[in-house]
Amino acid sequence: MSADWLKPAIQAVAETLIAHSEELSDLDSAIGDGDHGHNMKRGFQAVLEQIDQIAAEEPPKALQKIGMTLVGKVGGASGPLYGTLFMQAGKSWDGTPSVAAVAAAVEGGLDGVKARGKATAGEKTMIDVWEPVVAALKEASDKSGADAAAAARSAAETGLEATREMKATKGRAAYLGERSIGHLDPGARSSELIVQTLSDLVSKGVAP
Amino acid sequence: MSDTSSEDHVAIGIVSHSKDVARGAADMVRQMVGDSVVVAFTGGNPDGGLGTDATEIGAMIEKLWRPAGVVVLVDLGGAEMNTEMAIESLPEERQGVVRIANAPIVEGAVTAGTMASTGASLAAVVEAAEELGG
Repeated sequence: MSADWLKPAIQAVAETLIAHSEELSDLDSAIGDGDHGHNMKRGFQAVLEQIDQIAAEEPPKALQKIGMTLVGKVGGASGPLYGTLFMQAGKSWDGTPSVAAVAAAVEGGLDGVKARGKATAGEKTMIDVWEPVVAALKEASDKSGADAAAAARSAAETGLEATREMKATKGRAAYLGERSIGHLDPGARSSELIVQTLSDLVSKGVAP
Repeated sequence: MSDTSSEDHVAIGIVSHSKDVARGAADMVRQMVGDSVVVAFTGGNPDGGLGTDATEIGAMIEKLWRPAGVVVLVDLGGAEMNTEMAIESLPEERQGVVRIANAPIVEGAVTAGTMASTGASLAAVVEAAEELGG
């Protein structure tokens, strides 16, 4: 059985990332090769093209399908990283829309990203957003979905802002060393946009 | 020269963000090592820009795959991660003989090719290429 909130959630995430593609590429121009926004746009446009088939699946399977689409379409380093995030999150989710189950799913995705990128927190990457989000969701596991979503959103914002003063040691930005300090990490920003969008859907009651 | 045929030799795959770089590196291996080693390359994103494509890399590895093994040279992080994903999506029994060599792409490919042309084992070919990495 598919879930009726799934399609609007996928659509909202995809449209948010596509709408922010210029901003993401601008952030990437400062410390990387300037293609993050365009790559994410290409990937999520491909997701939108298949949204009916994806949303017909149960949510964990749908996440895996999104991941596979991103691996094939995004290119750059964000393809395998975001692809792994979604695929592993799908594999780590039993499908129940509880805070604890979602926390476990996101943690599975985060672990996948760490393994794929051979990276940990504090290296100015998307991990600096997802790790605090997982911690916030775990801490909120006995709270309502809306409270947990708000906690996740705030953790993502704090995590994103923290990347500004970090020195990059992974990815293209690592070549810049000290000069990467002072800029937000584009992958952390795209991750934060995803958390923000999903959190808004939960607080509006669109998703559980 | 070795008396074994190219089928028994480790094959070389090259993955660059740029198709031109990948093609150029493959040309250098062919010219310097000859045709006793099979070489293939892939590069660029699905739109033809700079980048790498896990599906294309998977197709390249499928084409190269042989029991003797395949060594893949990659340029930057995304190329490495996409190649890892392509290897992981191979049938499990085939994954064991596909290795990414941690070496500069051009020098690594030529060294790996030279070593492979002697009929060296997969481990020896990877080791020779990785010695360049420093």
